[in-house]
Amino acid sequence: MELKGATWKFGNDVDTDAIIPARYLNTSDPRELAAHCMEDADPQFPQKVKAGDIIVAGKNFGCGSSREHAPIAIKEAGVSCVIAKTFARIFYRNAFNIGLPIFESPEAAEAIAEGDQVAVDVEAGIIRNITRNEEYRATQVPPFMQRIIAAGGLINYVSERMKGNGRV
Amino acid sequence: MGMTITEKILAAHAGKESVQPGELVNVRVDLALGNDITAPVAIREFEKIGVDRVYDRDRVVLVPDHFVPNKDIKSAEQAKSMREFARKHCLTNYFEVGRMGIEHCLLPEQGLVGPGDLVIGADSHTCTYGGLGAFSTGVGSTDLAAAMALGETWLKVPESIKFIYHGEMPEWVTGKDLILYTIGKIGVDGALYMAMEFTGPAVEKMSVDGRLTMANMAVEAGAKNGIAAPDQITRAYVEGRAKRPYTFYSSDPDALYAQIHEFDVSKMEPAVAMPHLPENVKPVSQVAGVTIDQAVIGSCTNGRMDDLREAARVLKGHKVNGNVRLLIIPGTQEIYRQAMREGLFEIFLDSGAAISTPTCGPCLGGHMGILAKGERSIATTNRNFVGRMGHPGSEVYLSSPSVAAASAILGRIGAPWEVK
Ligand code: SF4
Repeated sequence: MELKGATWKFGNDVDTDAIIPARYLNTSDPRELAAHCMEDADPQFPQKVKAGDIIVAGKNFGCGSSREHAPIAIKEAGVSCVIAKTFARIFYRNAFNIGLPIFESPEAAEAIAEGDQVAVDVEAGIIRNITRNEEYRATQVPPFMQRIIAAGGLINYVSERMKGNGRV
Repeated sequence: MGMTITEKILAAHAGKESVQPGELVNVRVDLALGNDITAPVAIREFEKIGVDRVYDRDRVVLVPDHFVPNKDIKSAEQAKSMREFARKHCLTNYFEVGRMGIEHCLLPEQGLVGPGDLVIGADSHTCTYGGLGAFSTGVGSTDLAAAMALGETWLKVPESIKFIYHGEMPEWVTGKDLILYTIGKIGVDGALYMAMEFTGPAVEKMSVDGRLTMANMAVEAGAKNGIAAPDQITRAYVEGRAKRPYTFYSSDPDALYAQIHEFDVSKMEPAVAMPHLPENVKPVSQVAGVTIDQAVIGSCTNGRMDDLREAARVLKGHKVNGNVRLLIIPGTQEIYRQAMREGLFEIFLDSGAAISTPTCGPCLGGHMGILAKGERSIATTNRNFVGRMGHPGSEVYLSSPSVAAASAILGRIGAPWEVK
């Protein structure tokens, strides 16, 4: 699968309060959350972002709270994937679990400028910068997590496992 | 090769002799926790799995604490969905308003978590229970849903960082100050994916409340968990509370650490983290003078008895500055009652403070003390991100309860010894 889009750049330590502030957490409706996605980092972001766009950020993206509302807001806003130098660990798990593709690549996070057109080969973990004609590699995803992705997220994975146990 | 306390707990719950950092393990979960923000999403996901019951009705714990007592209609709907789920599945450990508390103050107090346990919670500060010598870590709602069905989760065994705190703690220096300096030193991603192990004479003498405060903020350094080996102090705390048998683990002398950091606490003074990251830490004397509009004493970091006693010690016989609102939020109903019995409420009320029923409230900018544009709060909470306590143009400074209390009296950030 290839994901292709224009990029939006953010800095280091983008926290979950910046991605979706707690004042909107009295709902878990994805559309309502998406309407405020990244609002405290860039108030115009929800209006500017287009389907397929890619977020590129520095280190420790998604630090802070465990709120799954953060990757949900990003996904529902139409963002096709997030590329960062590193991710905070709960955000990392949550993104896989809900099916938001994320890629750890310090090289890509450095080299990509805002607005660059980027294409990502999801299986191979290769990030192509079309604007600059460059290529970067993302860190390999552990095989276990690849199985979660292949099953279509954690819930499907668990559901299949429990069918095997005869509990569903 | 020896193992760390974290590795031992993970191995025991994976049914293995030993584990190594980097290894992915499937572990048995002693307790799975959710709150009124994360549980509604977890319930929705749980229902998609298609099982008809949770793995163990005694081990799925739901605590409404963030937006309760319900702050608006939408929050009321979320709290209701959680309550209905708890009833439907006959959960033993659902805590209603009036009997609840901030989850991470409540679970240790009620003896639901003990040394050697493995706990996951859909709340990032689930790492708090490391203060009792448990392995506990935050996950998202979907992970919680899976654990509610399976009673298991997968984890990557983290590398450990050892922190050794030498020396005698000076007056007014607390576990909160130690953890703030530690985050200040290693940064908000200094322990990313790793375990933080707190050791040394200063930790060995610290109360359980202080250790819970330290472990609570491990996530602020990006850690998977924070942990302190249980000892006689821990035993005295858990005896008579623990609802299940517990196990004391400790690290082997030849256990392997990715890093070791040493601190001399005897030269420390109380710390303050400046906006907008918990790593922007300075000694309080370097921050003195910053005026404040609000002071908040509470949260899962500092809402326990030790914290309220410390605040009362500073506030006794003093008035809150005319330009400041002081909000005091006991962490649980029991803490509330105990503080009242000890006469702390009298001191707080005399000073001009507002006392709230237990809630997360302003800590996450939920309710009960939201900041307007340009306002500044000192708080005993754990995060000072942009907009954390209200308007994106407001500011939060993190400190211990004694510094927050002193600042409320002074009208500006200041140290407890400045209060005459
Ligand atoms: S008190 Fe604050 S940090 Fe603790 S659980 Fe509540 S919102 Fe989270």
